[in-house]
Amino acid sequence: MSDAPAGLTSWLTTTDHKRIGLLYFWTAFSFFLIGGLEALLIRAQLAQPDGHLVSAETYNQLFTMHGTTMVFLALMPLSASFFNYIVPLQIGARDVAFPRLNAFSYWVFLLGGLFLNASWLVGPLFHAGMLNVAPDGGWFGYANLTERQYSPGPNIDFWLLGLQILGISSLAAGFNFIVTILNLRAPGMKLMRLPTFTWMTLVTQFLIITAFPVITVGLVFLMFDRFFGAHFYVHEAGATPILWQHLFWLFGHPEVYILILPAMGIVSDVLPTFARKPLFGYTVVVYSGILIGFMGWGVWSHHMFSVGLGPIADSVFAATTMLIAVPTGVKIFNWIATLWGGAIRGTTALHCYVHHRRALGRDPCVASRRPAADRHLLRGGTHPLCAVRRHHPRTVRRDLLLVAQDDGAALV
Amino acid sequence: MPRIRLWLATAALGISGCGGPFPQSTLHPRSDFARATDVLFTDIFWWAAAVFVVVELMLVVALVRFRHREGRPEPKPTHGHTLMEIAWTLAPAVILVFVAVPTVRTIFATAGEAPADALKVEVIGHQWWWEFKYLDLGLTTANELHVPSGKPVRIAITSADVIHSFWIPPFGGKRDAIPGHTNYIAFRADSTGDYSGQCAEFCGASHANMRLRVIVDSDSGFGAWAQAQLGPAATPPQRSLAAQGKTVYGRSACIGCHTIQGVSGGVIGPNLTHIASRATIASGLFPNDSSHLARWIADAPALKPGSIMTRMQPPLTDADIAALVAYLEILK
Repeated sequence: MSDAPAGLTSWLTTTDHKRIGLLYFWTAFSFFLIGGLEALLIRAQLAQPDGHLVSAETYNQLFTMHGTTMVFLALMPLSASFFNYIVPLQIGARDVAFPRLNAFSYWVFLLGGLFLNASWLVGPLFHAGMLNVAPDGGWFGYANLTERQYSPGPNIDFWLLGLQILGISSLAAGFNFIVTILNLRAPGMKLMRLPTFTWMTLVTQFLIITAFPVITVGLVFLMFDRFFGAHFYVHEAGATPILWQHLFWLFGHPEVYILILPAMGIVSDVLPTFARKPLFGYTVVVYSGILIGFMGWGVWSHHMFSVGLGPIADSVFAATTMLIAVPTGVKIFNWIATLWGGAIRGTTALHCYVHHRRALGRDPCVASRRPAADRHLLRGGTHPLCAVRRHHPRTVRRDLLLVAQDDGAALV
Repeated sequence: MPRIRLWLATAALGISGCGGPFPQSTLHPRSDFARATDVLFTDIFWWAAAVFVVVELMLVVALVRFRHREGRPEPKPTHGHTLMEIAWTLAPAVILVFVAVPTVRTIFATAGEAPADALKVEVIGHQWWWEFKYLDLGLTTANELHVPSGKPVRIAITSADVIHSFWIPPFGGKRDAIPGHTNYIAFRADSTGDYSGQCAEFCGASHANMRLRVIVDSDSGFGAWAQAQLGPAATPPQRSLAAQGKTVYGRSACIGCHTIQGVSGGVIGPNLTHIASRATIASGLFPNDSSHLARWIADAPALKPGSIMTRMQPPLTDADIAALVAYLEILK
């Protein structure tokens, strides 16, 4: 993209899905480093019995922020970077459906991440030292420890407001990608012709827009308890702190699949490329992903086996948890069957191929024969990796063969 | 050569995990409850190991056998196989039946039911210590649970503040202590001994310091212990240091939180009527000796972050503390 605008302003004002994807990637990576630093401090404290590298209070803040960072500031936005960069390419769209909303999602995410991490430094504003007011209730934030009575400082307030901000970002992005995938596919690209990664992205977005409202409600309850003296989790007022656990895990378990399904989609797209052979059982892999998404809603209480919900509830949730292993196993068997009989290689050309054809799109170079992709390429220019591949004539030949086969399956 | 050294170092690290002792290992069951879960764990472990070996073998074989080699024809573009899909959907489902049936059985077997003659103990989690009430015996103690060997014990678990989780690994699984809610756990300890457990639900600043000890006595030993606990608090001899300590205790804030039978009736902190009979203080954190008692009384939060037992205002003098320690040490 030689005519692409450069400079800081262009990045601050961009609505381009690839640029937003890169912004997500590097921001997520930065938070990942912070989360890793927190983990290192945790391990250093535990390297010997009765360690005093950090105080007990700081230690609790470290593991709370480590968990919160890894889930909400590293892993989820890392997926978001892949959604942004790859999905429009895979469906032959010029961009996502609402590019400005997409930019909004990113900037709100950054705000939420900075807000959460600002809590490390702003202690003095609350008449406390630094490293004193970061969230300290665990990434799961179990009530009633998080009530004002037991956590009087601003620590939990940072946590619950930070998560609410991040929730806005995830919800906006969720709707954006659902609309994108449903409405902006290239002509002829029926749902069952979607690349697996885009399919898993679609499932993930549905999980996001259904799971995040649940934690939003849980956090609003907590906010009312803390700020306005409500009693949603106060047993003395007739409520029960167990309510929080149900709301949290009703979000938290689908969240597990929000994190893993995109990765499963990537594997399902990468393996066929490595094996030079189409994905084995595409339909089954897609449906098992959808099934995992659905079943992800029925297993939350396996995070609560020690709560004492009774042997019937415990048995039911143990059984549903085992059942979800079936579609997961099906995926793994299909992956192995994809490799079976293939020609697996890990050469530079292959890496190029992997990143290019599968990860970055359904081959924008060759697929330009398709009308929608054509439009995308005319506007967006040639992807730089296309040029790289031209230096590998043999690869191009194989590509064409494989694409022809794939297209035969996908477009006929 | 360096590679061998690396392998040796790795192996040494791994083997170091085989050392002992394991005071809080779930893999060394010492009760009927813990044995039930251990058997289930072993059972499922072998199923999982078999599945792991089969799946990894297929993966490794595929990766090795189907590596790209020059001159080989392009792979056949297979798109799927309905019969195989059905097979590998059913196979895990069948294995899961063998996992699910014993799991559900164990869940029901360990749901907290106990015979009517079981020893009943109420456990109340506090930030950050454990209170034990033997309702049938009418005695209250803290942090050190005594149970008779080979007899069924039924423990009712609740909390006075936030959610804790009662966990003695050698005797059974975790059960949360939830305010406004009672959970039950039942077990029969195999043999006499001294075991340890700890809070298993993050409960604030000193969660890690919320330990407990379980002393499994012989039948007669348990009877003797209960008899001693039911007795009145010891009275210090006239004009002794301990007698001064009792006076200090009576005029200080101690009485607001602690019970010493016949002296004070506070219920916020542990019952001290027989504190000298316990081997540890501060919820299993320190040995119960005069130096630790003195440090604890002087500044508990310095030893146990967040401790509700704050420094006395105005501070106690060293002489007051020495007297208090002398008094506490006669409360056998």
